Amino acid sequence: MSEIRIYVPKDSAARSVGADEVVAAIERESAERGLSITTLRNGSRGALWLEPMIEVETPAGRVAYGPVQVSEIPSLFDAGFHLGSEHHLYLGRTEDIPWLARQDRFTFARVGLIVPLSMAEYQNHGGLVGLRRALKMSPEAIVGEVTDSGLRGRGGAGFPAGIKWRTVLSTPGEQKYICCNADEGDSGTFADRMLMEGDPFTLLEGMTIAGIAVGANEGIIYIRSEYPDAIATMSDAIEIAEEFGWLGSSVLGSAHQFKIRIRKGGGSYVCGEETAMLESIEGKRGIVRSKPPLPAIEGLFGKPTVINNVLTLATVPGILSEGASAYASKGVGRSIGTQVFQLAGNIARGGIVETAFGVTLDTLVNDFGGGTYSKRPVRAVQVGGPLGAYLPVSSFDVSMDYESLIAVGGMLGHGGIVLFDDSVNMAVQAKFAMEFCAIESCGKCTPCRLGSTRGAETIEKIMIGENVQGNMKLLLDLCEVMTDGSLCAMGGLTPLPVRSAVLHFGEDFDKRREVKQ
Amino acid sequence: MSFAPWSKEAAITVLDSTCDKPGPVLISLQALQEEFGYVHPEAVALVAVACNVSRADVHGVLTYYHDLRRTPPPENVVRICAAEACQSVGARNLMEAAKKSLPSDVEVREVFCFGNCALGPTATVNGKLIGRAKIEDLLTALIIGELV
Repeated sequence: MSEIRIYVPKDSAARSVGADEVVAAIERESAERGLSITTLRNGSRGALWLEPMIEVETPAGRVAYGPVQVSEIPSLFDAGFHLGSEHHLYLGRTEDIPWLARQDRFTFARVGLIVPLSMAEYQNHGGLVGLRRALKMSPEAIVGEVTDSGLRGRGGAGFPAGIKWRTVLSTPGEQKYICCNADEGDSGTFADRMLMEGDPFTLLEGMTIAGIAVGANEGIIYIRSEYPDAIATMSDAIEIAEEFGWLGSSVLGSAHQFKIRIRKGGGSYVCGEETAMLESIEGKRGIVRSKPPLPAIEGLFGKPTVINNVLTLATVPGILSEGASAYASKGVGRSIGTQVFQLAGNIARGGIVETAFGVTLDTLVNDFGGGTYSKRPVRAVQVGGPLGAYLPVSSFDVSMDYESLIAVGGMLGHGGIVLFDDSVNMAVQAKFAMEFCAIESCGKCTPCRLGSTRGAETIEKIMIGENVQGNMKLLLDLCEVMTDGSLCAMGGLTPLPVRSAVLHFGEDFDKRREVKQ
Repeated sequence: MSFAPWSKEAAITVLDSTCDKPGPVLISLQALQEEFGYVHPEAVALVAVACNVSRADVHGVLTYYHDLRRTPPPENVVRICAAEACQSVGARNLMEAAKKSLPSDVEVREVFCFGNCALGPTATVNGKLIGRAKIEDLLTALIIGELV
């Protein structure tokens, strides 16, 4: 009897709903039935509402079943799932699942498809093609290619990656660094984590290309401590790449050298701000630096430093292998390429949706997301993490790109989309935005450090009906001071969720409303 | 989770492997916490000497990061995500229930985001990540942990 290959994701989201237990049950059941089954641990395809989603290799391609609970395993075997047979959890061929088929996977092309730490599978699916091409190019040509692709920083600010790289390239210096910001602290975002767990070599390849492009021989990945699985996977990937002759004193036999190490965060949200991250990598308190000097000129340990988000760097190998124009042909206006949206919160079908910029919020929330998990009406959507605006259903026709979101008073951020149903109290959410800022503020600038505490107090007063008009005026005034006077986005953008909650959901503020949960 | 009992000698051995790295203070404190479960007050002076910085600098870093703790960890730690995506599916209720119904020797902490935002509410019990978490799941995980 030929060997049967079954994939069960090792992604921590899948594990959080029982993937490890499912693997154990499959192995137990197959042993009892005398079947020869190999279980492989892939990354997640990103359809998280189907997790644990298991896939079976068949002559017609991989077919999927999900969400699979341990109690379903005997009935799956009875139905012959290991041969790709029908079952009430049968989803058909994975690539035909409409939710996945409708996406345009570029950065996430390999995530879920391959076994993350298999160098052979990585190369069989297009890995290292970009790096090998970059090794034959001049630094200027690599930077040119990234610039032409239109790739913008995916961390939130959306700054053109090519321009940042050019600045570092043209700044003289013996020692330069590539810092990957993997401090994905925004609630509602998990794409960095899934990429690191599901396709770690892509990130290493992007960083290596960046190093060659700007003349840096050292890379650091700053990963938050809340992501232990990502840290473990990236550490293993670095070791494998070193043994392979990719990272180290000679990159794939070339004259370039490049090494990468990992730094673990300390549980501080503001360390996702790039200069606070640099301080943290230097082992200090994660206090935001004043700019200028720009990190591209004086960054880590005072040296020229490229700081890019995981998704930015992980997109680079594809741009080098497919060519800048392949990437630049996607998207709308100045928002070029694809965006990895993350559907989260109270959502029926949450997960990763990578698609070209310009999709509407409605398509993401309703077509992909299927509305709320609780089956109640959607009331608010927070786009762009804790510092993003709360948008009402009436703004659902907004095009999801950097500029259109700014035009409606929001921001794209890292692409997280968090749904709330009609039980949400938006005054409570606005107060939480201020409280979160108070907890996580680094304390360097006054508007953020004090403004956040005063903001939470003021919202509290409004909620209990104390001088509502006067306090509301005060709150909006405070928001203006924080926006204009803060050193970084932490204090500068906290007013975004607060103001949008006041603007779109004012009714929650001006009457005593029981906190419904 | 079991940790080594605090000893200065063992701490100096740990610091030997971290203090020569660039920007050594945070990684030194993290390494000490991994070894002993927390950063002992006596460690501050040791780190200062090993890393050639002032004790004030070490204290500053030690008190800045939420992860670093200055007291021995309890046997059981439950961490519950308190960020927006989990709030939208009842994280506040889960936190209240945990405070009310978990044994008093279990430390319950709030954390902002485990990156499991499509399957919330999310919590960890002694490091194990639990999605779509209900209070019963936390209790079960605590009981299973004791049996193992």
